[in-house]
Amino acid sequence: MTLLDWISAPVNWVFAILGVVVLFSGFRVVASRNIVHAALYLVGALAGTAALFLMLSAEFVAWVLVLVYIGAVIVLFLFGIMITRAPTGLDEGLSSDQKALPALLASGFFVMMSWASIDAFGTQLIGSSGEAVPTEVIGDSLFGRFVIPFEVVSFVLLAALIGGITLARRDLSPAEEEERSAV
Amino acid sequence: MLLSQFLVLGAALFAFGIYGLLVRRNIVLILLSVELMLNAVNINLIAFESVLVSPEAIGHIFAIFVITVAAAEVGIGLAIVLMIFRNRKSANVDDLNLMRW
Repeated sequence: MTLLDWISAPVNWVFAILGVVVLFSGFRVVASRNIVHAALYLVGALAGTAALFLMLSAEFVAWVLVLVYIGAVIVLFLFGIMITRAPTGLDEGLSSDQKALPALLASGFFVMMSWASIDAFGTQLIGSSGEAVPTEVIGDSLFGRFVIPFEVVSFVLLAALIGGITLARRDLSPAEEEERSAV
Repeated sequence: MLLSQFLVLGAALFAFGIYGLLVRRNIVLILLSVELMLNAVNINLIAFESVLVSPEAIGHIFAIFVITVAAAEVGIGLAIVLMIFRNRKSANVDDLNLMRW
C-alpha cells in the first residue's frame, strides 16, 4: 500500500482531521498554562477519540465515552480545580522547569512504540464493514461471559463512592459534634 | 484504514500523557494526564477489536471496563486532592515532602 493509495481513500482524510484534533488537544492538555483550559482541551481530545471510535464501528463505547467522560469526569475535574485554586488565571507554577528529560523520555517511548506497531502490523488493514457493532452483542457478552468482572467492577465503583464521601467530608470538631447532637 | 495508524496515534497520545505526568506540578493536572493515557489505551483496544472481530465484542467490553475504573479513579483521586488541599493549603506536588527522605 503506497502513500497515494492511503491519501486517496476519503476515510483516511477523516482520520487525519480527527487525529490532528486529538493530538493538538492532547498537547494543549499537558502544555497549557491555564489550568481550566487544560481541562477543557481534554474535552476536545475525548470528543475526537469518540469520533474515532465511531469510525471503528464501536458505537456504544463512543457514546459511553461521551456520557461518562465529557458528561461526568470533566465536570468533576472542573469542580476539583475550582475548589483547590480560586484564581483561575495564568499560573507559572503549574509545570516544572525541567522539561528536557520528560520530553526526551516521552518521545523515546513514542518512537519505540510506533516502531514496534509499524513493524508488527505494518500493512494490516482494518476491514471496516461500516456496520456498528450492535449494543445487543455487548449486552449479551457483558451479562453472559463477563458477568463476574461486571459485578467486581460495580463493587469497585461502590467502594470508590463510599471512599470518596469518607475522604472528602469534613470531620467535625468535638464541640461542633455536641452542638449538632443537641439539636 | 491501516491498523498501525490508530496504534501510532494511541502511542502519541500516551507519550503526551507521560510528558504531562512528569512535567506537571499541580495534582489535578497530573490526574488529567493519567486520563489522557487511559484514553490512548482505549484507542488501541477498539482498533484491535475492529481487526480481530470477536463474536463477543471483547475489545469493547475491555474498553468499557477501563472507562469505569478511570471514573472511579478520578473520584477517589479528587477526594484525596481535596483532603491534601484542606490540610496543606496547596495542590502542588513539590510541597508534599512530608514522606521524602
